[in-house]
Amino acid sequence: MLKIENLHASVEDKEILKGINLEVKPGEVHAIMGPNGSGKSTLSSVIAGNEDFEITKGAIYYEGENIEELAPEERAHKGIFLSFQYPVEIPGVSVTNFMKTAINETRKARGMEEMRANEMLKQIREKAEMLDIDRKFLSRSLNEGFSGGEKKRNEIFQMAMLDPKLAILDETDSGLDIDALKIVANGVNRLKRADNAVVVITHYQRLLEYIVPDYVHVLLNGKIVKSGGKELALQLEEKGYDWIKQEHAV
Amino acid sequence: MAYTEEELKKELETKEYEYGFYTDIESDTLPVGLNEDIVRAISKKKNEPEWMTEWRLEAFRIWSEMVEPEWANVKYTKPDFQKISYYSAPKKKPQYDSLDEVDPELLDTFNKLGISLEEQKKLAGVAVDVVMDSVSVATTFKKTLAEKGIIFCSISEAIKEHPDLVKKYLGTVVPRTDNFYAALNSAVFSDGSFCYIPKGVRCPMELSTYFRINQAGTGQFERTLVIADKESYVSYLEGCTAPMRDENQLHAAVVELIALDDAEIKYSTVQNWFPGNKEGKGGVYNFVTKRGLCEKNSKISWTQVETGSAVTWKYPSCILKGDNSIGEFYSIAVTNNWQQADTGTKMIHLGKNTKSTIISKGISAGQSQNSYRGLVQINRRATNARNFSQCDSLLMGNKCGAHTFPYIEAKNKTAQIEHEATTSKIGEDQIFYCNQRGIDTEKAIALIVNGFSKEVLNKLPMEFAVEAQKLLEISLEGSVG
Ligand SMILES: Nc1ncnc2c1ncn2[C@@H]1O[C@H](COP(=O)(O)OP(=O)(O)OP(=O)(O)O)[C@@H](O)[C@H]1O
Ligand SMILES: [Mg+2]
Repeated sequence: MLKIENLHASVEDKEILKGINLEVKPGEVHAIMGPNGSGKSTLSSVIAGNEDFEITKGAIYYEGENIEELAPEERAHKGIFLSFQYPVEIPGVSVTNFMKTAINETRKARGMEEMRANEMLKQIREKAEMLDIDRKFLSRSLNEGFSGGEKKRNEIFQMAMLDPKLAILDETDSGLDIDALKIVANGVNRLKRADNAVVVITHYQRLLEYIVPDYVHVLLNGKIVKSGGKELALQLEEKGYDWIKQEHAV
Repeated sequence: MAYTEEELKKELETKEYEYGFYTDIESDTLPVGLNEDIVRAISKKKNEPEWMTEWRLEAFRIWSEMVEPEWANVKYTKPDFQKISYYSAPKKKPQYDSLDEVDPELLDTFNKLGISLEEQKKLAGVAVDVVMDSVSVATTFKKTLAEKGIIFCSISEAIKEHPDLVKKYLGTVVPRTDNFYAALNSAVFSDGSFCYIPKGVRCPMELSTYFRINQAGTGQFERTLVIADKESYVSYLEGCTAPMRDENQLHAAVVELIALDDAEIKYSTVQNWFPGNKEGKGGVYNFVTKRGLCEKNSKISWTQVETGSAVTWKYPSCILKGDNSIGEFYSIAVTNNWQQADTGTKMIHLGKNTKSTIISKGISAGQSQNSYRGLVQINRRATNARNFSQCDSLLMGNKCGAHTFPYIEAKNKTAQIEHEATTSKIGEDQIFYCNQRGIDTEKAIALIVNGFSKEVLNKLPMEFAVEAQKLLEISLEGSVG
């Protein structure tokens, strides 16, 4: 589904990703961990097509296609979804209106008709319920004045509505209280199928107790320096990153 | 005494002029230039009564003494007032035989706005067969209004049919001496609308459909007079979202609203004059004086969406004369490319417990300049007057400008005035966020702009709001590269 080969990316001539290799197959869950500033969000931005970053070497293949030249919205239309670490506020645009636009633009790009209003309503009701979101909340301006946890829950609501093939969740757990974490993780699990994949970026083992990864990768200074199974996350939780840093003395 | 060669020539010239002048009266356009004879000729052409002719002449005399004002924040080549023809018959001959001959770009825009084919023809100046539908609509419309005693007609008709009302109110809110453009308009206005709602009557429909059909042919010096008698209500829609191309560069309209005791007038405008091309050439100059007078317990709301014109100078205002009267101003002004807009409002509080609200949303893109200029004046008698103003600017790119000039004059200590202003930019992070959800940049901007303008869009009547939204989208097309 996703194949990243020797990916180098920089911003303003500063190299941030320094040769990433990663393969994600349908049905898999991958976790990426790593210290602050190691390049996790950068990697997800680059996969999503943020033009602030320049790919200087290597390639990203999505469903066998090199997506370097695709605009971010084209990648979205093909089923790539990014849950942002810092979701952006759009004043005056309600969650519902935003979702409606996103869904219909995506459908248009896929050559489908607009979603009927009652179908949209049904979907919204279902997904909001699944994530325990009050419907009043959906009439509020997107992310404006949302609490940290509300923003993250709203990201997953959007994911549920858009039903992506590849979802990248960038620190979706940070800001969520214990109950919310369970609800959100449950939501993600219910969206999981054999033909889609999830990449979770997190600092904490706790999330991975709910969303159980097939693989855990450690990103350090722009490179994946260690990969393993879910037990690697436990190890990191216990020992921190120093031992890995020493192994890969920078 | 023998004429000198020079004198003879001069007299011949004048004769020729006079001759040409009279023949022209028979035809449909007056010669260029402005003097008392032209003013008389306009009045005569419209079969106006003597008092109206005199009223115009007085306005002309006032105008002759005035100097065209300089505006701090707009720059343009001033029109040569002697090179303009001040009257041409309102019904222009169709310019084209079919839509195929019309500029495809214009048609494209019409389609995006969802304007019907018949109406497209009208707007683009294509010959139309009699459209049964709109004729009958207009007729039933007039009948419904007449049953309620509502008068809604052209100002020319009103001058003839309802002289008492016109005499009583014309020029009372915007006097001929008010400003250069108002004086000019008073002297030469060619047409416009008149509306009177009798006491206690709620106008049962938005005065719009009919108006829109008739809008295509209106001239460059429009005059509008709306009178809402005691306890009456009217919602009035002006303008058209379709882009208006016009060979007349200068437009100077005057709108006067009168809300008598306990009456309410909602006046909504969507204005989309041709703004000039991408290089800033050929746009319309729009200098408008709009003002409403509020008597006791009455309310006037101005709502406007301005996207057109090369230069816009416009301050819909309220004179809150009666106690407890309310003035509101909701505005969205978009400027793109080389457009310049200097808009805002004046709220003059004279009565006790008067309230005013100003919500102004300025959106600038390209190299454009967008200024808000607002005056809130609380007079000595106006105890407990309240004003709330909010001016928000949204910038797109680095080459445009937004300017806010709020003026506050409070002469009564009990006044409560609140002013809030914000300037924001459409952030790349906002656009990327939308992109990531499958929304392309053009659409993302439209979404963000609509969100920004929501408070004002919500004030528009439903059908107008939908059109206005599309219009915002189209006005900003291509503004982010
Ligand atoms: N637009 C940018 N301009 C300059 N530097 C940037 C930019 N974006 C990211 N960086 C830098 O790139 C490095 C990696 O940042 P990134 O956000 O990818 O880290 P991260 O692994 O997600 O960290 P965290 O765990 O704190 O979220 C940091 O040093 C950051 O300052
Ligand atoms: Mg990060």
